[in-house]
Amino acid sequence: MELDSLYQEVILDHYKHPLHKGLSDEKSIQVHHVNPSCGDEITLNLILKGDVVQDVTWDGVGCSISQASASIMSDLVHGKSVEQAFLALDAFSELMSSKGSIKGDDAILEDGVALAGVSKFPARVKCALLGWMAFKDAALQAREKEKK
Amino acid sequence: MNSLDVAAIKADFPIFQKMMRNDARLVYLDSGATSQKPVQVLDAERFFYTHHNAAAHRGSHLLAEEASTAYEGARTTVATFIGADSEEVIFTKSATESINLIAYSFSNTQVAPFALTIGDEILVSEMEHHANLIPWQQLAKRTGAVIRWFSVTADGRFDLSNIDQLINERTKIVAITHQSNVLGTIPPVALITSKAHAVGAIVILDACQSAPHFPMNVVELDVDFVAFSGHKMLGPTGIGVLWGRAALLAKMEPFLFGGSMIETVTMESATWAPAPRKFEAGVPNMAQAVGLAAAIDYLTNIGMAKIHQHETELTQYTLDTLQTIKGLNIFGPLETIDRGGVISFALEGIHPHDAGQVLDQYGVAVRTGHHCAWPLMRKYGVAGTTRASLYLYNDRSDIDALAEAITATQKYFKVS
Repeated sequence: MELDSLYQEVILDHYKHPLHKGLSDEKSIQVHHVNPSCGDEITLNLILKGDVVQDVTWDGVGCSISQASASIMSDLVHGKSVEQAFLALDAFSELMSSKGSIKGDDAILEDGVALAGVSKFPARVKCALLGWMAFKDAALQAREKEKK
Repeated sequence: MNSLDVAAIKADFPIFQKMMRNDARLVYLDSGATSQKPVQVLDAERFFYTHHNAAAHRGSHLLAEEASTAYEGARTTVATFIGADSEEVIFTKSATESINLIAYSFSNTQVAPFALTIGDEILVSEMEHHANLIPWQQLAKRTGAVIRWFSVTADGRFDLSNIDQLINERTKIVAITHQSNVLGTIPPVALITSKAHAVGAIVILDACQSAPHFPMNVVELDVDFVAFSGHKMLGPTGIGVLWGRAALLAKMEPFLFGGSMIETVTMESATWAPAPRKFEAGVPNMAQAVGLAAAIDYLTNIGMAKIHQHETELTQYTLDTLQTIKGLNIFGPLETIDRGGVISFALEGIHPHDAGQVLDQYGVAVRTGHHCAWPLMRKYGVAGTTRASLYLYNDRSDIDALAEAITATQKYFKVS
């Protein structure tokens, strides 16, 4: 069924056992993002050490796609430089807007390639991007804060 | 009363010939969002464009005359449908615009009962659609008035325990739904209206989910304003209705200004045409008004009482069927008394978006999410619900298809 390209086992695994879910006590930046069309919400805590992502934790409510994507993203960016994380984010954004034409590079996106099927369901792309956009916002805010 | 011939009705709606994903037939259970259109409505709109198209109320040529006649004829059809006078029926682009029109006209009008001051109260309910909440929040911000609301009980009814505190001498506006778009609840409009009128408040009814589904008479309802949209009652998009009492419309200042709505204009000022024209600035949505009239003709030919009976029976069948599914919880009343054919539910362990996605694989079209009623979702502590909403073209086979698809969804996500 067409549906199986959307709901890969990896996604359902992350949905049932999300990584880095539950907010840390410490944080340098906290952001809260919502998907106004469906009401899904995410709160994300970020700790940068220099330019390296030391810790990302998150909490929120949402569908399997948004929850799995946030789980995959948070695990992916852990320990990476913001630069590397943003490269992955660009690759993920490209994958999401590909309408199923590309598969994604698992060397960059790791489990994120399992979300490739989402790009064939335009209404669900926003779900997949929710966590990633929260991370981007937090990282940009953290950099601004560093500059001051 | 004979039951509806659903097969014959379905044959009037070309969209039911469309094949959905996996070659499934269309099981359309999203009429609360928008209804499908019968060929009679599509033809009426097309016929207007091919035979009468011109700007209504302008020009002296034959087409202008025919367009005006068609447009005003549509107004008469709407008026008859709700038991009103034609001059009390205002065409807007949507019910949302209708409600905004009242809210803005309140702040444009400096005489009673429209002028609001600090401490005046606007009463709504916790189950309002955003379209009957945010315009009032904004009016409150502009005037210093305060928003108050009826809470919703656990079984999805208006909490009336504090009605005499909620409706008091400071209450100036009571704006409530005639039927909840999430729960199907029909509130006690007569009780609320009589109490509101006793303190001199204006009562506004959001009839988006009622006008398409059961007989409605504004004189019997005794409210002051009624808003509804065309596209939820088999009509085209881009046409809505506002009904208001003639005496109120006469005093009320317009909200949109421009062509058509004037009596005289100089370089420095203008005076207004009488209602309804003063509320209809610009060239109106004529073809859509004509399409709405065709939709109303279609509904009245079948009979609104008959449609209501059909939907009530089908609602009962839906409630009974869904309650046999383990892990499914219904929001809202579980009996059909004061309740319409809108059934929201949650599936344990499955987010509404995921449920809607799998149901779609079986051709079952439902609405998922917060249904533009975010405060109500907060009240129930959920991000959203899955909602099936019924209309005259649905029958038991649609509900059976829904139930089967739900069971398949639970299997897919391994929660059953």
